[in-house]
Amino acid sequence: MALKIVKGSIDRMFDKNLQDLVRGIRNHKEDEAKYISTCIDEIKQELKQDNIAVKANAVCKLTYLQMLGYDVSWAAFNIVEVMSSSKFTYKVSCSQLQLQSVDAVLITTIINSVSLPLVTQDLSSPNQYDTGVALTGLSCFVTPDLARDLASDIMTLMSHTKPYIRKKAVLIMYKVFLKYPESLRPAFPRLKEKLEDPDPGVQSAAVNVICELARRNPKNYLSLAPLFFKLMTSSTNNWVLIKIIKLFGALTPLEPRLGKKLIEPLTNLIHRALDLLYGMVSKKNLMEIVKKLMLHVDKAEGTTYRDELLTKIIDICSQSNYQYITNFEWYISILVELTRLEGTRHGHLIASQMLDVAIRVKAIRVFAVAQMATLLDNGHLLTGNMQRNGICEVLYAAAWICGEFSEHLEDPMQTLEAMLRPKVATLPGHIQAVYVQNAAKLFATVLRKQEGTTDSLAAQETSQLLIDRLPLFVQSANLEVQERASCILQLVKYIQKLQQKEVEVAEEVTALFAGELNPVAPKAQKKVPVPDGLDLDAWINEPPSESESEDEKPKAIFTKEEPKHTRPRHTEVDEKELARRREARKQEQANNPFYIKTSPSSQKVYQDQPGVEHIPVVQIDLSVPLKVPGMPMSDQYLKLEEERRQKERSERKKKEKKKKREKHGRGRRADSGPESEEDITPAHHVDIVTEEMPENALPSDDDDKDPNDPHKALDIDLDKYVYDVQGNLQDGSQVVVSVIFENKTDHFLKSMEFNVLDSLNSKLQRPEGSSPHDGLAVPFQLPPGVSNEARFVFSVQSIVMPQKLKGTLTFIVKTEDASTHEKLDFKLHFTCTSYLITTPCYSDAYAKLLESGELKSSSLKLEGVIMPFHHLLARICFHHHFSVVERIDSCASMYSRSIQGHHVCLLVKTSNQTVSIDAKCDEPSLLGNVLDEIKHTFSQC
Amino acid sequence: MIKAILIFNNHGKPRLIRFYQYFAEDMQQQIIRETFHLVSKRDDNVCNFLEGGSLIGGSDYKLIYRHYATLYFVFCVDSSESELGILDLIQKMYEKVCLSLQVFVETLDKCFENVCELDLIFHMDKVHYILQEVVMGGMVLETNMNEIVAQVELQNRMEKSEGGLSAAPARAVSAVKNMNLPEIPRNINIGDINIKVPSLSPF
Repeated sequence: MALKIVKGSIDRMFDKNLQDLVRGIRNHKEDEAKYISTCIDEIKQELKQDNIAVKANAVCKLTYLQMLGYDVSWAAFNIVEVMSSSKFTYKVSCSQLQLQSVDAVLITTIINSVSLPLVTQDLSSPNQYDTGVALTGLSCFVTPDLARDLASDIMTLMSHTKPYIRKKAVLIMYKVFLKYPESLRPAFPRLKEKLEDPDPGVQSAAVNVICELARRNPKNYLSLAPLFFKLMTSSTNNWVLIKIIKLFGALTPLEPRLGKKLIEPLTNLIHRALDLLYGMVSKKNLMEIVKKLMLHVDKAEGTTYRDELLTKIIDICSQSNYQYITNFEWYISILVELTRLEGTRHGHLIASQMLDVAIRVKAIRVFAVAQMATLLDNGHLLTGNMQRNGICEVLYAAAWICGEFSEHLEDPMQTLEAMLRPKVATLPGHIQAVYVQNAAKLFATVLRKQEGTTDSLAAQETSQLLIDRLPLFVQSANLEVQERASCILQLVKYIQKLQQKEVEVAEEVTALFAGELNPVAPKAQKKVPVPDGLDLDAWINEPPSESESEDEKPKAIFTKEEPKHTRPRHTEVDEKELARRREARKQEQANNPFYIKTSPSSQKVYQDQPGVEHIPVVQIDLSVPLKVPGMPMSDQYLKLEEERRQKERSERKKKEKKKKREKHGRGRRADSGPESEEDITPAHHVDIVTEEMPENALPSDDDDKDPNDPHKALDIDLDKYVYDVQGNLQDGSQVVVSVIFENKTDHFLKSMEFNVLDSLNSKLQRPEGSSPHDGLAVPFQLPPGVSNEARFVFSVQSIVMPQKLKGTLTFIVKTEDASTHEKLDFKLHFTCTSYLITTPCYSDAYAKLLESGELKSSSLKLEGVIMPFHHLLARICFHHHFSVVERIDSCASMYSRSIQGHHVCLLVKTSNQTVSIDAKCDEPSLLGNVLDEIKHTFSQC
Repeated sequence: MIKAILIFNNHGKPRLIRFYQYFAEDMQQQIIRETFHLVSKRDDNVCNFLEGGSLIGGSDYKLIYRHYATLYFVFCVDSSESELGILDLIQKMYEKVCLSLQVFVETLDKCFENVCELDLIFHMDKVHYILQEVVMGGMVLETNMNEIVAQVELQNRMEKSEGGLSAAPARAVSAVKNMNLPEIPRNINIGDINIKVPSLSPF
């Protein structure tokens, strides 16, 4: 007998386990079926043995065979039997098996008779995992009988002390309800209680179950709406939020009042989603995304939401200087479509976009002018309703574009007529003024066309049209309109006189509006170089003597020389002084540990760009028909764009194939895969006209140092910006950024607002109720020469990676006679070091930490470090927030902790200018980054 | 509700399946094949959601999948689940599966992407552990992955301690089996004890 047992256990050692089975199957590829059938025979043998471990092993193998499609229902009885084992491991392997396959009637009876006592016994086990596994197993094979018998046990488990059990019990209740509906009524109060369970896992399980129940019978769950509403506003778990929103979707048709309450939280969610879009956009998907948004615009009910969508569309398209727009015709069409919105407040925004694009994108002007002419023609549609007032702003842009670029108009006469309709007089004054002025420009264009032909009568008729229509504007209550109209009216009358004498006037009239308007860069004025020989400080005329009754000395010497001497000398001193100060500041910054050097400022964008004239303007290739009836324009573009890309892609592939043929033998090339951003070429070669700079403008470097430049006013330029990032000990997810603002100007600075573009990981903490785009007011004002410090709190999720945040500071510069808005861009660099906090550590605790074996290690070597060892240590302590645990000769151990409790240990050794650092940390990526930062610190000295 | 979780490779071979509704084994295989056909012909840059195949419930159900190197992870869910939520869950689950497989195969220097199909096959039971803690009876049990990993680790520890002495010989044997010794004779006869040495293949 004993021998038999020994033999049994030796045999067992050589039984196939799961891994052997997998290997065997892989090795018998040619006769797999045969091999598996022998395996199944073996398993049958194993299941017959007394040893429960052997059975468990067999069940484990059955899991794999079931996956391969082999029927295992014959083993159901044994499976349930193994389930009854006292050992956790064996049970786990059972619950992996898809026990629902034992749904056959016969086996149901087996389960009912066998498993009930077993499961009941496990459910009350003191080991939470036994109970847990029993519940998991049960979830696979609940039968009505089991549900009836176990309902009360499971209900008790819903109040178990361990959240792990509670959440499983809550979930399984759903299965019990399905099989044994009578249990719902008594169990429901407890289930409802679980909605407010302190453990988020249990809470989400309860939400899950109730949502499933409510999906079938929503009206029974209306009473829970307030509770869910509370959860929705308080929960941070996305899963719970999604479930609740889906639930409300089912409830609102039954209770219309709910809809109103939901508007606010839902719009918040939508806003968040829209914000995400902003970052998602690329050249490739812009059109698609905007198309979707346009659909929403059409469907949107509330004007606020629609306006929000509208601004988002424009924001998305215009971001980073229209970086993502490949086809501007499409964009103009989108803008034109947007004008059809009723009652929007953002007419002004659309108008400014139209102007901006038409002015800066030369290639688009022909198209834009055509579109604008249509708009003007249909102007009455926009102005018809007083409520639509906001949108009439676009007529301002339309009129200006048609006038300014009138040479591109197909039928300028018609547009001129449209601009002088009596209805125009109902438009706001500033728009009428533009109409009148641009009517004059159009008049010039029309004249030139008409005089070109032999029909001189037509030209006279045009003049007559103006003379007939303009008096309407002369009577306008708006001074601007009146003035312009009467001025132009007189001009036209004079022209008509000349025309009657058969004098050609077109040339001269056109000359009135000659020259092209180009956008001017904000700094352009300052960059105009002073011509040689011009001394702006010299007097042009002799100034009147300051006091007539001064002494009799010859005035000439005095008055001529004095200003010349004092003024330049004054600036000289200033420059010296400045240079000295600058030097001192650099020194100070070099020694300041919190000062982080950044890449050269991005403000030099214009520096090397040639003027407008040098930009090659490529002929626009009008492969796109201007109007396609029956479909909104932008959709057409989307289609055409897709076709075009398709074409390009196929061409590219062809090229690749060619290459392949050339390089055959190099093996299969990967498919070109998804298009990358760079692959998408713009539809037309579109040049974005940069803002105009005077010729031979000075290089920017020079003027960047001008102390009076308002852009440098705050001295928070990238390389002069002083800030410090510090972790917050109390809260593992917060860092505090202290910023020192120093006013280096001679002017008073006020209304400073600090704003940072949040990333997914780091967010500026704003007061409750403000949107994620609001800036924070800096709580002080800065008189000239004063500095002050402000602190901002950021919440950070993951601290294992360094991060850069972009931000802007806006402020008002108050000079004696005026105040101007200025803005400064900056970047905040959150290094990993800033998440570390100097924490003392005793050597025994340190040793224990290292022995625990939970830390991952990494190392770093620094060559050519010439400094005494204690300086080196001090530097690491100071710059990277470490503390020295122990130091022996030229070897030291150091320690620091992150705000989220990661341990970072360093062992620093030095010999012959080489420093080696062995480091250990429980978070490898954090460690890697900290080491990189240490390396960076030493590479700078 | 989640109806099924399927993991199969680029050739449609199932690597791990879990149905939360009863289907006979042959039906399960058909569903896997159908799902594979639907999913595998899609480009990598198209949407990760699609309508379920006719076998699993048609348009009332959605397939949400992610493709990692040689493996497809597919969830079949009904309209009460959020597509993005599930997609996020798949990603998190994949990361945790990789992490725990790395521990099992004890090659810590391996990076995420290198966890290969084979590791998954040989440690299917461990992956099942994780799955069990994520989804129970077709409902999402826990989305906090740290919680899940903590539970799985505790269970592994328990398993080891339970195994204890009695499992030691089996572990020793499996260590021997895992060694690469192809020249060992397949059958050793010592008296009347017939010890079978299962096929030892190089891996």
